[in-house]
Amino acid sequence: MSNTQRSQKIAFFFLFLATLLILVPVGLIVVVIVQKGLPAINWQFLSDIPRQGMRAGGIFPAIIGTFYLVFGAILFALPIGLLAAIYLSEYAGNNPLNRIIKLAIVNLAGVPSVVYGLFGLALFVVFLRFGASILSGSLTLGIMILPIIITTAREALESVPQSFREVSLSLGASKWQTIRHIVLPNAIPGILTGTILGLGRAAGETAPILFTVAAFYLPRLPKSIFDQVMALPYHLYVISTQVPNVEEKIRYGTALVLLSLVLFMNLVAIIIRYNFRKRKKW
Amino acid sequence: MRKLKEFIIDKLIFICGLASIFFVILIFLFLSKEALAVFKYVSPVDFLAGKRWYPISEPAQLGILPLIFGSLMVTLGAAIISIPIGIACAVYISEVAPSGIKEFLKAGIELLAAIPSVVLGFIGMVTLVPWVKRIFGLPTGLTALSGSIILAFMAMPTIVSIAEDALYSVPKNYKEGAFALGATHWQTIYRVLLPAASSGIVAAVMLGIGRVIGETMAVMMITGNAAVIPHSILVPVRTLTATIAAEMGEAVVGSEHYFALFAIGIVLFIISFIINVSADLFLHKRS
Repeated sequence: MSNTQRSQKIAFFFLFLATLLILVPVGLIVVVIVQKGLPAINWQFLSDIPRQGMRAGGIFPAIIGTFYLVFGAILFALPIGLLAAIYLSEYAGNNPLNRIIKLAIVNLAGVPSVVYGLFGLALFVVFLRFGASILSGSLTLGIMILPIIITTAREALESVPQSFREVSLSLGASKWQTIRHIVLPNAIPGILTGTILGLGRAAGETAPILFTVAAFYLPRLPKSIFDQVMALPYHLYVISTQVPNVEEKIRYGTALVLLSLVLFMNLVAIIIRYNFRKRKKW
Repeated sequence: MRKLKEFIIDKLIFICGLASIFFVILIFLFLSKEALAVFKYVSPVDFLAGKRWYPISEPAQLGILPLIFGSLMVTLGAAIISIPIGIACAVYISEVAPSGIKEFLKAGIELLAAIPSVVLGFIGMVTLVPWVKRIFGLPTGLTALSGSIILAFMAMPTIVSIAEDALYSVPKNYKEGAFALGATHWQTIYRVLLPAASSGIVAAVMLGIGRVIGETMAVMMITGNAAVIPHSILVPVRTLTATIAAEMGEAVVGSEHYFALFAIGIVLFIISFIINVSADLFLHKRS
């Protein structure tokens, strides 16, 4: 074997090793959480309130809290994000304003999550006097996932062939009619993917809700959007660092519920995207 | 009537198009509104270069240098681990991996990106931290090293996916040209493809590091949170992000401690702004 071929073999082996170094721990993490968390999962764990200072009982209020927050975030972010994506893909030309908007989106995506928490605290909790509430938390999470939704929706809209628009316009449809009846329907799977990815991100984030909504311990369900709630990621943080002597099973069980929720959403998004690419007619 | 409706919709779309600019400015304004108040108590130089962070002592000492060092040390460690592994993995996925398992590997990377940071922090606490403690014979495993390892895993999905994109978008005829001249696949990768994709790879590394600096929960759970200037990677440290997350709950609204935490927030905001703008410049240099 020549020298160059040997060095190629060695190099490829190390590249392979690096890939394993990333993927094996990921697999192990998931396996360990499933294995140690599964024994904790039963109907009572999912439907009961936490008891005995969170050392027993269930995590129902945290699950419900997370659902409220995620729903609120998407209610805020989807309309704005979708319209922003329509602007970028259908209206904006190649001008400085467009460039600044794109930079702003990149920046919004890069702002650390704890900084979103600070911002939510200053604007929604203190300045607008919403207090620590579902409303403040949802709005904060909503702004955080805005860049995800804009970027994926824009890609989906831009992948609709230009000829579709031209045909519609040539038949006398207005610009908005074309968008509404031709472009949007063809972009729905992509928009859905972005929305679900945004949901998954919002469900898993802790730092933005720390000071805007999350309750340490609140064993009842919220009555209005001005109530605090417990949330799954914060609850996991609390029982793993703030409360001593919580059974390992309960910690793993909570981690498993959170992980399953987030991974399930990502899986759905991946499947939609995959099917869409396969079926794509153009 | 229809004209009016279309006019309103057009305007609405335009306004939403500007939403991201609006929110970036809003974040900056509200952070600085609270942050600037801290400079009534401490000068900017003492704030950035002060060696003591005792926010609730009397009088409060608000020097964030130990926190900056904490963030730097954890970030540097994570960068040393994640950059070579991440780039190597990107090269493997885009060039070497058989096409059958390519999608599978990519899904694995996406899976890692999707794991919430609090779950990674939890796993780090129950597995990695005891290991670090045992292997190095330390009094505690809650160290900068543990933080670096977990953070490396949070940076790698970003590095891999952006670097892979960069490699993928190198024109195919570069590769064919190198092959035609008799270069082996590996020679082509490191003499032709990597240099051609270099600006995208630099952007990938920058964005990965940006993710690490801003990461909060996992870091707070496993670095031990000691606000002193670290002298080694095997001692507890406290980062900028963890300080905000850990202390804001106790800070009284309108106190100097509260303002100081916002000032840390603006420091983080500015760092992420610089990283993202320059990464974006690198990404656009390519095209």
